Amino acid sequence: MSAVLRAEGLGRRYGKRWALSDCTLDIPAGHIVGLVGPNGAGKTTLLKLAAGQLTPTTGGITVLGGSPGAGPGQLAKVGFVAQDTPTYAGLSIAEHLKLGARLNPGWDDALARERIERLGLDPARKAGKLSGGQRAQLALTLGLAKRPELLLLDEPVAALDPLARREFLQSLMEAAVDQRLSVVLSSHLVSDVERTCDYLIVLVDSRVQVAGEVEELLAAHHRLTGPRRDPARLPADQHVVSASHTDRQSTFLVRTDAPIHDPAWTVSQVSLEDLILAYLHKSAATRRRPALEVQR
Amino acid sequence: MIEFHLDERSGVSPYQQLVRQVRQALRLGLLREGDRLPTVKEVVARLAINPNTVLKAYRELEHEGLVAARPGVGTFVTTTLADASLAAHGPLRQELRRWLAKARRAGLDDESIEALFMTTFRNAAQEDIA
Repeated sequence: MSAVLRAEGLGRRYGKRWALSDCTLDIPAGHIVGLVGPNGAGKTTLLKLAAGQLTPTTGGITVLGGSPGAGPGQLAKVGFVAQDTPTYAGLSIAEHLKLGARLNPGWDDALARERIERLGLDPARKAGKLSGGQRAQLALTLGLAKRPELLLLDEPVAALDPLARREFLQSLMEAAVDQRLSVVLSSHLVSDVERTCDYLIVLVDSRVQVAGEVEELLAAHHRLTGPRRDPARLPADQHVVSASHTDRQSTFLVRTDAPIHDPAWTVSQVSLEDLILAYLHKSAATRRRPALEVQR
Repeated sequence: MIEFHLDERSGVSPYQQLVRQVRQALRLGLLREGDRLPTVKEVVARLAINPNTVLKAYRELEHEGLVAARPGVGTFVTTTLADASLAAHGPLRQELRRWLAKARRAGLDDESIEALFMTTFRNAAQEDIA
């Protein structure tokens, strides 16, 4: 299986601060990948490294088999829609398309025009006069019309109202089918990720906490509820992601590939949202361990 | 043509929801042999869901022998589930309506009716298995 993105020990430092450290990933083609994490976790850094807008401090990254930003051929294969879906306020939609045609060798003008028409947008309209949702759709159109194999989107819907957000994701999913695109999109909206993504990367504090196909992740994570127990007494193949205790009861979220036979536990499935929150919480807990131990 | 919808709070995975909606439409006679299901592109463009979710649902329906994919044309319903039992729906619905009216007269609200129905339904289903 060909990988769209492969990273090995990838890291990027700004001055003294590591924005991304020891990142190892192997994402197969044909997925819609959700990159989830709090602000400042390193999502933008990872996307910019993949787009070739940043160079690694440590380790290596290959995108679609090539080095990001290695040349015009590589740049044409990867589309990047940066945060806040930037457009030129003073230029009209038609001028954006003209610019896109001039800058991208594989530009699909028919596709761009057809999309703008379907969105009901007037090509003469200046980008500065568009609504947030329309501007996002314009940025998406520019990203799609260059006919990339991989489209990277950095928080594309964060600033949009629910309707514009849904419309944007509808367009994106439709395009993914039409153009056989692989997509990596960062988001902190778990419900959007749950709906649209079939591969998940959780990034916290510059580190990848978990990465994999959503279906496999859901099958490997379980919630165990039962009489209070020390996590150290769980089987070695059950990795505790989160634990909470009352004086009598323990609840664990564990990752394991083996079946759980211990009759003391009530085993239940976890939703993707529970899973993501457990990993976000886990790394927050390691940072603030003393405080949490007191609270228990 | 069937139109899918998605309930994010149901706790049922999206692909399962799609499978159930097709089965239900077949049982109710809303889908019949020869009908085409919406294409993957049509479904994702409407629901903003992952294309693989739709593919997985269609594969499962195909595996159950309810639909068949004709490459380049679409996915078609190959069976009709409703025929034998559909005739019974009318009288059963009427009986259920009468029962609902009775339950309301006895002072049950919507939630109590639903709870009573679901517990009875589950108990009966369990007894059938046992």
